[in-house]
Amino acid sequence: MTRFVTCILMALLAAPAFADQQLRGTGDLGIVIERASGSVQIIETSGNTSLGRVEGLGDLSHASVVYSRDERYAYVFGRDGGLTRVDMLERKITKRVMQAGNSIGGAISQDGTLVAVSNYTPGGVKVFDANTLDLVADIPAVYGDGSQRSRVIGLVDAPGRRFVFSLWDAGETWIADMSDPAKPGIRRFKNIGLNPYDALITPDGRYYIAGLFGEDGMALLDLWHTDKGVTRILDGYGKGEQKLPVYKMPHLEGWTVAGHYAFVPAVGHHEVLVIDLLDWQEAGRIQVHGQPVFVMARPDGRHVWVNFAVPDNDTVQVIDTQSLAIIKTLKPGRAVLHMEFEPRGEQVWVSARDDDIVSVYDTETFERVATIPAGKPSGIFLTSRAHRTGL
Amino acid sequence: MITNFMNKALLLGISLYVSAPALADVSASRQVELMNLLKQDCGSCHGMTLRGGLGPALLPASLEGKPTQLLISTILEGRQNTAMPPWKTMLSDEDAAWIALRLKQGVN
Repeated sequence: MTRFVTCILMALLAAPAFADQQLRGTGDLGIVIERASGSVQIIETSGNTSLGRVEGLGDLSHASVVYSRDERYAYVFGRDGGLTRVDMLERKITKRVMQAGNSIGGAISQDGTLVAVSNYTPGGVKVFDANTLDLVADIPAVYGDGSQRSRVIGLVDAPGRRFVFSLWDAGETWIADMSDPAKPGIRRFKNIGLNPYDALITPDGRYYIAGLFGEDGMALLDLWHTDKGVTRILDGYGKGEQKLPVYKMPHLEGWTVAGHYAFVPAVGHHEVLVIDLLDWQEAGRIQVHGQPVFVMARPDGRHVWVNFAVPDNDTVQVIDTQSLAIIKTLKPGRAVLHMEFEPRGEQVWVSARDDDIVSVYDTETFERVATIPAGKPSGIFLTSRAHRTGL
Repeated sequence: MITNFMNKALLLGISLYVSAPALADVSASRQVELMNLLKQDCGSCHGMTLRGGLGPALLPASLEGKPTQLLISTILEGRQNTAMPPWKTMLSDEDAAWIALRLKQGVN
């Protein structure tokens, strides 16, 4: 009898531990940044639930995430210069370094061995070993007479163990070839335009495009033909129009493309611009609800979802890429900051900072299918990014 | 002439008085909204802890020597040829004065 009871007790005690140790993949996991509390939630997209919270990541305003190629680890780039590696399965911090005073984002190299961070203070890029987070290269963004350092934005990975980034203060784009991490090969492209604010790389890793805040246009670099230098596209797209105040910098993330059309936010205009990729000319502009921040294509390219800067940030609009018409206007909550599509596009995660919720929408019916409480949520990053260039 | 001067002085006095109200002139609920706006929305360029980003740091030490009136007009009117937009469509004079005084005091 005693033995029987002991057995039962042991089974009861063992059950939770066993459940914790059940094998699972990471392909349906993701991170929601809780920007004000220095924490992240680990979420899963199969049942749309939160699995738990990891705390102690510092100032996460404007934080972003890249993933190791096995999708086990997340590298979280904090605003305060913190670089933190989070184990997605054990839901704990496995490494953390303070690498600068003020940071804006990062990237992981094509081969997954290097993690780079773009910094405002001190302006430049630092590159770390992805396993140890030991510093392997420090690239100060010096310009002018060499005494000034620029804030760095738009850092992405490019094929060939390269990182590409732009200098807000200097108006330059740099390629850092990390073939030999001890000796980064730097190639500078000057005079790309005033105040590049963010950049993207096309999924094939060929085109790097920086958006300009200081003038109407974008700066294009063909990484297959770098000798052609940086060329201007969409030059003077706002000509003759009064530029409106910009209450939040737009973001360029991923490549919002459908067929041979790409969609990007206009700066200082309540418009989404359409670029024809066959000749890089403007193919149209779509009037939207406010100043666009993120312009994101559903993975199949059929729809484009747009969110907006304050004071219009309670709204998300959906554009049909065939008709260029707005087919849906949603109100997901106050201060919508980010949207992340599930890899095959059937659902999208939307954060509403001032309502402290993350919502999941069905992208066909536009119905809200799940709501998860989160503290001042901002960026949402799913592990499927691990296998996409530039994310 | 003298009357004109006195009128101007009087007007100036009034406008200074109006544009630099006491903190109490903003209701408690509005103060909560303004603090959220300051940390979250101003914070998107100046950093949530106001240590700077694309915009400069807004800590008491970095604002030392800058007149409150200058801060108020910068908030309301923006700064030309920079990324700082005018916030007067969203903020009243009293709101801006409250934010300016809070920045001087420190919010963290």
